[in-house]
Amino acid sequence: MNYYGEVEEALRRIGARLREMLSIGAEAVLARCYWRGFEAVAKYRLPKPYRDGLLDKLLRSRRTVLEAKLLVESKRVGVPTPSLLYVNPDLHILLTDFIPGVKLRDVLTKLQEPKDIFRRIGVYAGLLHERGIVHGDLTTSNMLVVGSRIFVIDFGLGDFSNELEQHGVDVHLMLRSLESTHPSLVQPLYAAFLEGYAEVRGEDMRRAVEVKVKEIRRRGRYVVERRLRR
Amino acid sequence: MKSCLVLGIESTAHTFGVGLATPEGVLANVNSEYRPRDGGIHPREAAEHHSRVASSVLVEALKRAAVRIREVDAIAVALGPGMGPCLRVGATLARFLAVRYSKPLVPVNHAIAHIEIARLTAGFEDPLVVYIAGGNTLITTFVEGRYRVFGETLDIPLGNCLDVFAREVGLGYPGTPRVEEKALKGSRYLELPYVVKGQDLQFSGLLTKALRLVKEGARLEDVCYSLVETAYSMLVEVTERALVHTSKEEVTLTGGVARSKLLCGKLKAMAELHNAVFKPVEPQYAGDNGAMIAYTGALAYLNGISIRVEESRIRPMWRIEEVDVPWRVSRT
Repeated sequence: MNYYGEVEEALRRIGARLREMLSIGAEAVLARCYWRGFEAVAKYRLPKPYRDGLLDKLLRSRRTVLEAKLLVESKRVGVPTPSLLYVNPDLHILLTDFIPGVKLRDVLTKLQEPKDIFRRIGVYAGLLHERGIVHGDLTTSNMLVVGSRIFVIDFGLGDFSNELEQHGVDVHLMLRSLESTHPSLVQPLYAAFLEGYAEVRGEDMRRAVEVKVKEIRRRGRYVVERRLRR
Repeated sequence: MKSCLVLGIESTAHTFGVGLATPEGVLANVNSEYRPRDGGIHPREAAEHHSRVASSVLVEALKRAAVRIREVDAIAVALGPGMGPCLRVGATLARFLAVRYSKPLVPVNHAIAHIEIARLTAGFEDPLVVYIAGGNTLITTFVEGRYRVFGETLDIPLGNCLDVFAREVGLGYPGTPRVEEKALKGSRYLELPYVVKGQDLQFSGLLTKALRLVKEGARLEDVCYSLVETAYSMLVEVTERALVHTSKEEVTLTGGVARSKLLCGKLKAMAELHNAVFKPVEPQYAGDNGAMIAYTGALAYLNGISIRVEESRIRPMWRIEEVDVPWRVSRT
């Protein structure tokens, strides 16, 4: 499906102008736009014809608000994320500033100090979990590299949770994304990641999460994701 | 291509069934369902039912296929997943037939049989499969030699959620069609817990809240409407994510709840958003049945799968990811 017209109309209603469609996911469309002088990225949650109209609205607005909260809280605890510019639960839109970066996945092998980058990503994951934030899709595709900085993006599958299981899944997904795209670098980079994680959460939490990750992988349930996630 | 004739036995839960099939299709499908007088399935009572009907179901199936047991190439049996006492009835009969008539014994995973019969009757090559029944809720697809679970329930199965609700509010059995019938007369959406965690689902909170609403005097039709809307929307949402991730072009629905017009409608609408085709399993093979065990057994036997009688223990917790699927070609 092409949602161009629909997105254009939704953006028009909040006074923004569509520049280009970035991606169409299962749940939402990402588009670049201009909004009050800002170069922005709009995330518009799509209506689903298969569910009750009221339920559809409830879910879309609740998730839009949740994602906005996650973005703001993450930034507040020191994790670089796109800045929230505007959120409209009724229109199911949120706007962030545009980060002119490249996906970590695409530039990983060209980095000067990949270990340092992964130690920092470990710090960021530690900060999120310490605050009770689960990213939900913590992969190298959801890290943007801008010069020497790393931004964590797309909290669309995120939630507030202090459950070890959920934190384990985050770390597991990071490990998986490394394994599927850069198998030869897994060992040193995962070690660097855990080092950074322990800097924030301490050795005990680091060990607890490591054990949890092993348990999750033994279940084998996530095998399909390893193969299918880009 | 070589062919073979396989007799299959199903006894994982409430249904005792015997089917006859070849890798090309089904020759006979005879089933007898145990109906509890009240409450859910009592495993021992179900097993007693299975023992009682086993011989007549077997004889009837052979008669309908117009074959004699000596002409059969192998005996297939669902060794799991399912209820221990029920599984043992089918396994015992299968072992006896294998020994008595010197036939190879073929182990079949019940969930995989639901998937294969759906592929056969929907005419699909490589679908995303949604398997929903009283005892199972999972979204799966074939990747590199096995069916991989993309999402599943973390607590109770969707079919069980609707069955228990129906029973508790006096709608009786079978639960799903009766709740849906009421839902058609409902119109107001009442908020219920919508729990999707990553790719996984939870239905127990939904069940509890729906029952509480009824107790508090909400209109039953509206609760039924809200219950199925919520449960089915959760399921379709996870299926949609799986579809976008895997880029499959076909979606099928199998298991007892595949007879649900409402759920089929939702899955169809979702599939169309992504230019995929939706088609459910044929209704007579939606619930548990012997034919799907025979058919899957035929595919397995043709690919060299059999088991020694001494090793044919039942597997009540047998997961589909543990099963090799050599009859399907891996795409790389």
